[in-house]
Amino acid sequence: MAEYQNLFTRVQVAAPAYAGVPLAPGSKKRDGVPAHVHLFGRLGDAQIGPIYLGWLGLISIICFFAAFEIIGLNMLASVNWDVVQFVRQLPWLALEPPPPEYGLKMPPLNQGGWWLLAGFLLTASILLWWARMYRRARALGMGTHVAWAFAAAIWLYLVLGFFRPILMGSWGEAVPFGIFPHLDWTAAFSIRYGNLFYNPFHMLSIAFLYGSALLFAMHGATILAVSRFGGEREIEQITDRGTASERAALFWRWTMGFNATMESIHRWAWWFAVLCPLTGGIGILLTGTVVDNWFLWAVKHGVAPGYPAVFPAVSDPALLQGVKP
Amino acid sequence: MSHRLDKRHVVVRTTPWLFVAAAALLLAGCERPPVDTVQIGYRGTGMEQVYNPRLLATQAAVNASPEALPPAPADGPKAKDTFKNVQVLGDQSVAEFTRTMTAMTNWVSPQQGCAYCHAAGEDLSSDKLYTKVVARKMLQMTRHINADWKTHVAETGVTCYTCHRGQPVPAEVWFTTAPQKQATALVGDRAGQNIASRSVAWASLPEDPFTPFLASAQEIRVIGDQALPSGNRQSTKQAEWTYGLMMHMSQSLGVNCTYCHNSRSFAQWDASTPQRATAWHGIRMARDLNQAYMLPLTSVFPASRNGPTGDVAKVNCATCHQGAYKPLYGASLLKAHPELGGVKVEVTAPAAAPAAAAPAAVDSATVFFAVGSSALSDDGAKSLAALAESLKANASAKAVISGYHSASGSLTQNQELAKQRAFAVRDALKAAGIGADRVVLEKPQSAEANLSGEDPKARRVEVALK
Repeated sequence: MAEYQNLFTRVQVAAPAYAGVPLAPGSKKRDGVPAHVHLFGRLGDAQIGPIYLGWLGLISIICFFAAFEIIGLNMLASVNWDVVQFVRQLPWLALEPPPPEYGLKMPPLNQGGWWLLAGFLLTASILLWWARMYRRARALGMGTHVAWAFAAAIWLYLVLGFFRPILMGSWGEAVPFGIFPHLDWTAAFSIRYGNLFYNPFHMLSIAFLYGSALLFAMHGATILAVSRFGGEREIEQITDRGTASERAALFWRWTMGFNATMESIHRWAWWFAVLCPLTGGIGILLTGTVVDNWFLWAVKHGVAPGYPAVFPAVSDPALLQGVKP
Repeated sequence: MSHRLDKRHVVVRTTPWLFVAAAALLLAGCERPPVDTVQIGYRGTGMEQVYNPRLLATQAAVNASPEALPPAPADGPKAKDTFKNVQVLGDQSVAEFTRTMTAMTNWVSPQQGCAYCHAAGEDLSSDKLYTKVVARKMLQMTRHINADWKTHVAETGVTCYTCHRGQPVPAEVWFTTAPQKQATALVGDRAGQNIASRSVAWASLPEDPFTPFLASAQEIRVIGDQALPSGNRQSTKQAEWTYGLMMHMSQSLGVNCTYCHNSRSFAQWDASTPQRATAWHGIRMARDLNQAYMLPLTSVFPASRNGPTGDVAKVNCATCHQGAYKPLYGASLLKAHPELGGVKVEVTAPAAAPAAAAPAAVDSATVFFAVGSSALSDDGAKSLAALAESLKANASAKAVISGYHSASGSLTQNQELAKQRAFAVRDALKAAGIGADRVVLEKPQSAEANLSGEDPKARRVEVALK
């Protein structure tokens, strides 16, 4: 009667709320009365809550809210407290880091001081949330893979906003908080340092980013395709390979000669995802500190190919004799 | 059971339409096709221009060139002998001069007619209306562009119509943006960027890249010329200012980055197209015109014509180009108006202009000084000598001297320096035999720049004949 539930669940089982495993003695209690939401159930589990917040979570949320308010109120003030303009221009608005002339000194509040404060609070919030993820995984007797994957993303975040600005000696080298502004910053950053595409760590990062998407698509598709044979019970099938696992393996062996196992596919995916920000962070950290112009670096090391000249020779007019300055 | 099935089918049928509606919303900000892509460089390098024929058709109408007036006879009495107060174009015949005036009226004030510059009921020679004083300066500027900026305008040249297009004020001029409105100085400083701004093609980049780069001469180049760090201290933030200027150029010319640059390395000249060199001169030209012609007109314009900070309307790439890679798609009105071809009026760099080309009809001079110095350079002395000749030839003219100083350093010191520089110029004119009563000294002025920094163009003294 009931059909199997896969990504877009078509049948929802209405069951009493599950309270979760007993907590270790001395833990804070879980908060909230569990509820079932049908729409959520279409995408994932219909049960919402209870949530375990704890001190780490609570302080993290407070820090995040403070950073969010600083950024938002600065954006609102930047359009002179005009709510209509705030809504219209929201994608353009930002909280800018200090001008370069302040270096690593504490600037006035309205010259990047707010940015430093928001950055500090956001960083505190993120690190506390990381600790919370680690502790919750331990409390459930799980491995800490999720926390370490999150740590990889935090590494990239800290390189962009903390480690690299310190190495460059200027908070002004950091990223603004804003939707379009951080994208324009990214383009300007790449232009300033001679094209980030020639940065080998940026190349690696892109390879892992696209690789992650590819692996996710291949794995998701494979499991959905064998779900009619119980293929979604991936964990059981690691130790007790059933017909779903056999068929999935055969499919890939037939189509490309090689196949992952139920266990290894998750390690591939995890490493691809984690290496994306890890390598990306290394690439950012080297930019401006160790390499100033990635294109010239790539030319020097035979990475950037030469192309036949198509245009008449062009030289820098600034170097010509008798040209107006 | 059947009830459940029905419900499911409804969901299945509406979901794709929801996706279509969402996709349509997302695409609403995009340009409607078709889009043509034209390869301009080596294959695989992405050197191509993107055009939308539909938008190009609209653009072409804006950039159509008008018919030139029939030529006038060159013989007969000269304009300067027939009319009074003719300070430019005086060597034309009366017929030619009248033709030029008619053309100017057609180009600049077709609705308002002659009275836009020549006050009604006054003698034609009257300088009562500021528009006449501006028009004269603009004639000098046009001739200066056509003579001295061939690196940018080539033989096509410019006329009044290039910018004006039948409007007294060209459609595209710029002012320094007003300081950000802030209820309190404690919060919300947006550092001159992060607002939707047409000047940088709706990016969140600094919305006024013109004041530092086109009125002042801040460093535009941010990319280092060495692979490894070797003292290039330009910041990512500075790159955003340059980026803003480039967005403006791209938008003004209706081209993308690859019109000038091979985007794999914006800095490399040997990978760039020849257009980049033309654009390089264009930036210098716009800066020169703003500094030497527009800024000195600040007090001539009524306050209502000036910008929010009281600055004069200035030129940028869009002023002439108005969306076309070449203004008027390269049509040359100058060919029908050789009188606007003009003469070299400025000597800014050694060997820039052959000495023989210094004719008598010099009517202004700009003299540049070294940092902290009020000593006259050889070039400066040369251009002043030419000016002194013009003064002798035109007994009614007076020389108005205004000293400028850069915005860096202390104000009192700079003002004193500007004064000393103006004195040096006055003394040179005196030494050349010009009476003290014909030399007017104006107060020192700061070449305003909203970015701090040293600007070699700011350290100047301007002398104009009035």
